[in-house]
This record gives sequence, C-alpha cells and structure tokens, in this order.
Amino acid sequence: MGRIEMLERIRSDFWYELLNSPVTLASAIVIALMVIGCSFAPVFAPHTPFDPATISILDNNLPPAWAAGGDPRFLFGTDLQGRDVLSAMLYGGRISLLVGIGAVALSVVIGMTVGLLAGYFGRMTDTVLMRVAEIQFAFPPILIALLFNGILKASLPADVFAQAAVPIMILAIGLAGWVQFARIVRASAMVQRNQDYVTACHAIGLPTPTIILRHITPNILGPVLVLAMLQIAVAIVTEATLSFLGLGTPLTEPSLGALIQIGSQYLFSGIWWVVIFPGVMLLVMVVAFNLVADWVRDYLNPRLR
Amino acid sequence: MYFLLARVLQATIVMLCVALVGFLVFQFVGDPVLALVGQETTVEDREALRESLGLNDPILLQYARYVMNALRGDFGISYSFNRDVSEMIAERLPATIELVMLSGVLSLILAIPAGIYTGIRRKGGLAQTIMALSVIGVSIPSFLLGILLILVFSVWLNWLPSFGRGDVAAELGLRSSLFTWDGLSHALMPAAVLCLFQLGVILRLIRAEMLEVLRTDYIRFAWARGLPGQRVYFRHALKNTLVPVVTAIGLQLSSLFAFSIITERVFQWPGMGSLLLHAIGQSDIPLLAAYLIFVGLVFTISNLVVDAIYVLIDPRIRHGAH
Amino acid sequence: MTDILCKTKDLKITFPHRLGDFTAVHGFDMEVRRGEIVGLIGESGAGKSTIGNAIMGLLSHPGKVSGGRIDLEGQNLIDLTGAAMARLRGRRIGMIFQDPMTSLNPLMTVGDQLAESIALLQDLPMAQARQMAADRLDAVGIPDAVERMGQYPHEFSGGMRQRVVIALAMAGNPDLLIADEPTTALDVSVQKQVLDLIRSICVERSLGVILVTHDMGVIAETADRVYVMRHGRLVETGPTGQVIHAPSQQYTRDLIASIPSIESREERFRNPVKRTGEIDQWLLEGHRHEGTDDYVTASALTKDFATRKKTFWGTSGSFRAVDIPGLSIARGEVLGLVGESGSGKSTLGRMMIGLVQPSSGNVHYSDHGPLAEVRSRAARKALRRDVQVVFQDPYSSLNSRMRVDHILAEPIRFHGLAERADIPRLVGALLERVGLPPDTGRKFPHQFSGGQRQRICIARALSVRPRFLLCDEPTSALDVSIQAEMLALLMELRRSLGLTMLFVSHDLAVVRQVSDRVAVMKQGKIVECQDAEPLFDAPRNDYTRMLLDTAPRASGHKEANNLRSGI
Repeated sequence: MGRIEMLERIRSDFWYELLNSPVTLASAIVIALMVIGCSFAPVFAPHTPFDPATISILDNNLPPAWAAGGDPRFLFGTDLQGRDVLSAMLYGGRISLLVGIGAVALSVVIGMTVGLLAGYFGRMTDTVLMRVAEIQFAFPPILIALLFNGILKASLPADVFAQAAVPIMILAIGLAGWVQFARIVRASAMVQRNQDYVTACHAIGLPTPTIILRHITPNILGPVLVLAMLQIAVAIVTEATLSFLGLGTPLTEPSLGALIQIGSQYLFSGIWWVVIFPGVMLLVMVVAFNLVADWVRDYLNPRLR
Repeated sequence: MYFLLARVLQATIVMLCVALVGFLVFQFVGDPVLALVGQETTVEDREALRESLGLNDPILLQYARYVMNALRGDFGISYSFNRDVSEMIAERLPATIELVMLSGVLSLILAIPAGIYTGIRRKGGLAQTIMALSVIGVSIPSFLLGILLILVFSVWLNWLPSFGRGDVAAELGLRSSLFTWDGLSHALMPAAVLCLFQLGVILRLIRAEMLEVLRTDYIRFAWARGLPGQRVYFRHALKNTLVPVVTAIGLQLSSLFAFSIITERVFQWPGMGSLLLHAIGQSDIPLLAAYLIFVGLVFTISNLVVDAIYVLIDPRIRHGAH
Repeated sequence: MTDILCKTKDLKITFPHRLGDFTAVHGFDMEVRRGEIVGLIGESGAGKSTIGNAIMGLLSHPGKVSGGRIDLEGQNLIDLTGAAMARLRGRRIGMIFQDPMTSLNPLMTVGDQLAESIALLQDLPMAQARQMAADRLDAVGIPDAVERMGQYPHEFSGGMRQRVVIALAMAGNPDLLIADEPTTALDVSVQKQVLDLIRSICVERSLGVILVTHDMGVIAETADRVYVMRHGRLVETGPTGQVIHAPSQQYTRDLIASIPSIESREERFRNPVKRTGEIDQWLLEGHRHEGTDDYVTASALTKDFATRKKTFWGTSGSFRAVDIPGLSIARGEVLGLVGESGSGKSTLGRMMIGLVQPSSGNVHYSDHGPLAEVRSRAARKALRRDVQVVFQDPYSSLNSRMRVDHILAEPIRFHGLAERADIPRLVGALLERVGLPPDTGRKFPHQFSGGQRQRICIARALSVRPRFLLCDEPTSALDVSIQAEMLALLMELRRSLGLTMLFVSHDLAVVRQVSDRVAVMKQGKIVECQDAEPLFDAPRNDYTRMLLDTAPRASGHKEANNLRSGI
C-alpha cells in the first residue's frame, strides 16, 4: 500500500515509470555500484592483486571465505598465484567498463558524424557513406574487432601490442560498432530534415551547421541513447570475448574476460570460484545495461507499451 | 528484376572490396618473403624470391592476380602448416557447417513460435518469463555459457564430453558427426551455446515487429471486418513482419559463423574458427586473408538470398515502388 | 420508421489513468434506423470516434465502457463476451477507417483480401467467394473488377482504395456501417463520389450508417439526422436541415458561424487579439514596403522530381510537378493558390520563396533581383529576412526540444534585429501580438494546443520583420473554430503590417475568405488565375467549376434534404 500511495503522488512520468519498474531500478543501482566500485578499485579492493610484493603464493587456490578451508581475508577466494579474486574482479571490471564505454563513445562519434552527414545531405554523400557502412554491416562486429586485433597483433611487436592493449581494444570495438549508430542516426536525420521546423530554419536563413547541431541533433538523441546503452553491453561482451581468446588485455592486467580465461584452464581441478565469480559479475553487468536500455526504449516510445 | 540484378552487381562490388582488404592484409602485414625463408637467407636470395613471387609488380597487377587466383580457389600456402590454404579450409569446413546448421535451425524452430507468442500475448505470464530469459540469452557471453555448461555437464555431472568432434558417419551421401550418438553428444553443448544467442536476438526482433504490425490500421481493419484471430495473426500480421525478420535472419547467418569461432575455441571443435584463431596466433597471413574472403562470400551470398526472398514477399519491391 | 437498428443509452466511456480517469464520453444517447445515415459531428477531442470504436468493441487500450448500453436490435453489446462480439464484427456491424492508404494489407492482392472476407463471413467455398468478390468490386464502382482483383493495394488510387475498403466492410452484409471520417484523406472531387457510394449502399440495402466526421459540409450533403458532440457530451440533435439552419444551442451556432463560406467573402471573423502599438512599430521599422508594383514574379518556372522507379543503374525517370509560364504577386496583395493534392501548389509556393530550387525558369524579387543571383551571404540574409513561411502542421513545424522563447529569439539574434538585452521583451511582445500571454515563452511546444502552436509559428515568421509571407495550408490541420480565429489573425496582421501573401490551400472556402486574387492549379499547371470575386462567382475554367461544384457546403444541404424528406 505504501508504495502505491507514494507512486500516486509522483506526477513526473519519468520517475513514476522508473519507480514502477523495480527490475529497472535495481539494474540502474547495480550499474551505479559497479561503475563506482570499479572506477575506484584501488580504494575499494581489499588487496592489490597485481603487485607481486603484496601477494603470497602460500595463499593460492583458497576457496571462498564461507566454504571449507576458506580464508576471511579473501571473500571470493584466491587464484593459482594467490591473488584475491574479488580485488582482481574490481580491477578487471574497471578495464571492462573503460573499454565498453570508450568503444561506444568512439562508435557514437563516428556513427553520428557519418549518419548526420548522410541523412542531412542525402544524394552522393549518402550513397557513398552508406555503401561503406553497408559493406561493413554485412560483417558481425565481433568478427571485425577480432580480425582487426588479430592483424594488429600480427603486425606489431608483442611488447608494443601488450602495452597499448586497452586503446587498441577501444579502437577495434569502436570501429566495429559505428555502423549501427550511423544507420539509426541517418534514418532519424532523414525524418527530421523533412520536418517543417527544419524548413523554417532554412527560411530564417540559419547556416547549415547551426541547423544540424542546434536543431536536428537534440531531436535524434533519444534512439542514440538507447542504442548506446545496448552497445555498451555488446562492447563489454566483445572485449571479454577477445580477452578470452587471448587477443585482448595482457595477463598482467586482466579484464573480466581474461580472468575467466585464466580460470577456465583449471575447471577440471575443481577450482570453480576463479571462473564463477568474474563470470557472474560480467553477466550481471551486461544484463543490467540491457535491462536499463530496454526500459529507456519503452519509456521514449510509449505506444509500444 | 532490375532490383535483383542491381543487387548482384552490388554483391560483386562488395566481394571485390573484401578481396581488396584480404589482399592488403596479405601483402602488407608482415613480410611474406621473411615468413617463407627466415632470417638467414641473403639479401640477394630474398630479392630474387621477391621478384619470382611477383612482389615487385605494380600494385594493381598484384591485386588482379590475387583476385584471379582467388577465383580459381588458390589462396597461397599457409606459413605455419606449409600446406595449400584452400585445401585446409575444405578440410575444416564440414565441421563448422554442421555446427552452424544445427544451431541455426534449432534457433529458428524455437524463436519463431516464441516470438509470435510473446508478441500476441505480451502481458501473459509465460510470455513475460520467455522475455526475461531472452534478456539473459542475449546478455550472456557465449564463451562464459560454454564454460558454465562444461562445468555443470562435464565436470560436475559428467554426462557429456567437453571437447572435440565425435565419430563421423555417412548417410545419404553426406558425412557428418550428427549421424552418430557419439557425434551428437559432442555437438549438443556447442550447438546449444551457439543457438542461445541467436534465439534471443531473433525472438526479440520477431516480437518487436509483431507489436509494430499489430498496431497498424490494416490489422485494426482486419479485426473490424470480422476476421478470426488466427487469420489476423498468422495470415496478415506474420507476413508483414517477415521483411525485417528475414533481413535479420540473413545477418544472423553471418553472425553464426562469427560466434562459431568462440564456440569452437571453448569446445575445441575442429572447424574453421579454430583454424582462424590458430592463424591469428601464428600470424599466418595467407590463412587469415583466405578466411576473410571466405566469410565475406558467405555473407554476400546470404544477403543475396535475403534480397531474393524480399522480392517474393513484397509486391511493392517487385513493382519497383519501393 | 420505428425499426430502430442500433441504440445507445447513457453510454459512458472512460480511459483510466493513474492521475485520474479521463471520461471521453459522458452519457450519450443515440438511435440509428435502417436506411438512414446518422451524422456524428464534433471537433477534435469530442469523443465521436470513441463512440464508433465502442460500438465495434474495438476501444483502444485502456479505454472501456463504464456505463450505459449499446443495443443492436435489442441485444446489449456491452454484455457480450469477446468471442461473441467478434462474431458480430463484419456480419452485423462493419466499419471503415479514415485513411484508405493504410487500411489494406499491402502484401495481399485486393481480390484475395475481399474473397477471404466473403468466404469466412458467408461460409462460402473460395471459388464462389472469388466470383462474388469480383461482383462486389464492380458494385462499388471499380472498373475492370476481374482484372484488378489480382492487383495489390499500392496499385490503386486513394479514392479507389476507399471503394475497396467499403467493399471489404460490406463483405459480410452487415446491418450497420460505421464510417469514421471516410473522406477526410481524399480530395474534394473524390470525396463526393465516395459519399454518394455510401448513400446509395445505404438506400439499396436499407443499411444503418453512422457517419463520424468533423466536416459540417459532409454532414450537410449526406446525413439525414445529426448529433453534435462536444467534450464527450451531446450538444444537440435533430434532422440535418434543422440543426444547420436553426440550431438551438449556442455551441452549434458558433460552430456553424465559424465555417467559412464558399459563396461569399465575409468579414464576420473577428480577431480578439489586443494590439499594442510598440511592437507594430518595431515590426514596421527599417522598411519601405509601399506601392502596387509586382513584388515577386515567377517566369517559365518548372520543377521535375525523379520518380522512384528503380532501374539497373539507379533511379530514373522524372515527372514535372510544376510547369507554369508566369505568376506575379503585387506588393500588399494576397494571392490564393488552390489545387487538389499532388497539384504542385506547395512546391510552387516553396519555389516562390527560394526553399525549393526550380528545375528551370526563375523567380524575381523587385527588392532583391533574381533568386538565382542571390548568392552572397549578405544578400541571402537580406532575402531571408524579407520572406517567411507558415506551415500546415503545427506539430512538426516547431522544434520540440527548444523552449518557445528560444525559438522566437533565435531569428532576431541571427539577423541582429535588436540589442541582446531587448530580445526577451520583444519575444514577449511578439507572443502577445499573436494572441498568447507574453510570459508563456518559458514553456516547450508540446505544452500548447494546435491552435496556440500555429500562433507561435506566426510569431516566429514575424520575428524577422518580413514583407512577404507564404502560408502553406496554415489552417488545414486545425478545428474549424480555431481556423476562423487563425484566418482573422492573419488578415489583421496583413492589414496592420501591409504584408504581401501567397496563401496555399486545398480549401476553396478558406481561400475565398482571404484572397484578393486566386490561381487554380491542376497537375502542375495554372488553369485559371484572376481576381477572387469573378473566379468564384463565374469561373471560366471547367476544372475550377468542377472544384466549386463538388466542394461540400454546409448550406448546400437543402435540395438533398428536401429530396429525402419523403423517406
């Protein structure tokens, strides 16, 4: 009863819909906690997992704290080298989020530029840009990122590749993902371009950059926001997958995917916690982004409700 | 038919572009001469080899030669295996196709009815449950799902084998591991992993399209003129959802090939994907380039098929009014 | 006379909402007899379509009937289960929607759709149903019916599609037909044919028809009796002639008074806007716009559009949307431009103000020279300041992400027409000038009604102190009472500011009210252009005469009604 009364007093649709969807609310809180926890991993992590000075090989392969033989210092246990799994997860999550958000930011910038140009100017600009996009769209982003990374790995010296692993990853996933943004922005820009308010801008004589940036762009941000959240989830999965395949972050600085890869080698020795906890964290992170994105899409498009 | 002709022309251009990328990779990533002969050879010998391989010819000529060779199925010699690349691909192809077909068919069989159902009964308990599961389906990374399946069914329960392809048998002139119990038990987990993601994507797409179509005027009018529910849903609504759905399924075929790389790694399935990962690991450029072109071909052909299906479905495209 | 087919009693329809239910219809009583057309008229939001949907059992979510009855020959439809109601649809009650373009399944041939309905609703084998479908198409006036059975909806014109829709709605031989704005999406000439078809079906089959519309002209020419609705309540009912000529309620009187007449130019629309001298002074500043010379002249103007025909090498083929030898507008004159949809009137209007590039020919402004030679930044800016436009759709013509005061301030700032500090005051005065409170600028466009938004659009056009205003169907999307206010505002502004205007519209009555001179367009050509009064009173061109004859007129019902009074 209390909740319903509270809801009835809220007049803003946004907060009403959000509070009325506990799953979304929970997802948003999970995302917030993960972003804070991982961004400040050095503050929150109980150990410094990749500093050889602070880890002891004597602590290796400890099960979670609540299991038989667990050590209260290591909540989720330790791995083969005695590193604290929880701390490694926080540090790894930081890389996953950084790559996910960074790659999508890159995709958004490229995709919006291409989409706005193609959609607004049409004709040859549109044909040329969209042909390129169409060719790339035929290839799954994960394959493009994989080949891009693979080719760079083949052509760069190993130490350079390892050092620049995170930027390379952002570049690979970002370049693989721009087409979706370009398509959606182009479609929206074509609709907006023909709206009377844009014609009114022409009638007033406003210069083209003003029309595109001040008038059209704010009107197409909704679908871009939804896609960006979905794509962050995809980018995090892609990063984890590449790292799992050994093409991503180096083992000295493992992301969640790399942690799972390390752990998966010891599956048959019964050390399940090294895989399960990072795996669950990855899954929860991705599900949370997807759920929030779904909700935002429904909120922006109420007729589908 | 102009529409299809134009599409064939476009597809050819796409393939030439893909071949160009493959060629550029082949030509400029690493040094093919170095890869073939190693460091000890003298500069003169290397130069001679370079000349004999045609590496000093004009770049366009080399590209043309590459395309001509590719058309004949000649993609050069693998650096790491020292074998003909196309031969190796031909060897690995059946295993991958087997996996892709099995999971593709499986996902369609499950996704189409589930998508229609959740679109029609979107408030129902079962529909809500399916949707909740589909979120997990599209969210879970396939390698993680594979590892979890292995942990549960191979490590803890010890029911299913965790790696490799099982026995192969021939039926109806086809050789496949799916014709033996051992083969099926090996294929079950990889196919399930590969299937789940596609399942989630296609299901959600069909549902969204279904919701969109059910809101249209002609569906409202179909209700108003007294057509029964199944006729409205299956004859009028479903057909109108097909165009975007067929597009997506066409794209999904390519993504099945892409995700088979990961699945094959997790389950050590001896297919094209494992070969590609090996090629990347060993910087085996001819193999890499050939894989790129092969995948491009698969995607281009599946897109052409999709376009042909459009023409069958939508009279507006047939009449050029699109 | 007394065999009542359908009857609603104290019908109440509610749309529940968390912040309080919205009652769309409050206790509505109506009767429909066999063989009569009952008109249901009201402005937007009156609840008239909701009643039609409720009778069909197809209320959109979350609406529900919350009280009263709907009787169909003694059976209360409200009590029926969903399945029982579904059996009535098509067999007892048929419905046609407003837009024939979207009412048909695009992927099925017209013949298949019709035969499917007939086979299902009349329990006939498919072959027989197809035979009957051809007869039915023929009966609704589709030539070569057998051949056209195999065609898809996109191969039919709008009027032909609406005929197909009518045939589909009649497939199960219903007793009651609900026609929801059946002619609103059609041109006037086609509109009359479709209404005549509905009329004849009604008489032949002694069908009861509920005609839902916002257009008093349609009611006057078609309906036997009329129910006038407002805000979900019945205002007045009676025989059509009585309601139109001797309305008993003030609302009906106002509604009828606000309908522009095609017969004469009237000065009865009053502009309630309070005028303040200061803003008019600002609006007139810095310009001389006097005399009677030609302000703008178009010569040998054409516009070709590529047709969407796909060929191997891309798109090809083109059609000529506009092809006129010449057209000029004198300073201070209002030129009306009339035509049906697709006649090229909007394209011509936009070419006249330089928003669309002509394919050949040119437009010459006496103050700026030929448009093609207005190239420099300064010259373009000067032209854009003089020439403005007001569009049809008040929803798409304002940027929904911008506050209204920013929308109005941007042009003033861009053209440097006022000191930065003065702009907020000017924006307020502009809003007041078009009849809005000066402090509403802080709101966003979606917080205004359609009519208010159109006022904001006019204010935006005025904000650069223009001399020439293109009005592109400025009142077509508005309710008739709002339309009258808008016309009055435009005319008053024109007089006070000495504006030159090009007024584009499909509505002859509206054009008559505002224009000094009128040009009639058909398929890209001007078929007649002369002073307004002689054009309307004695048209020289056959097409103009046909347009004038087919236009529905609220006062023109008399003969039709007298003819039918014996029924």
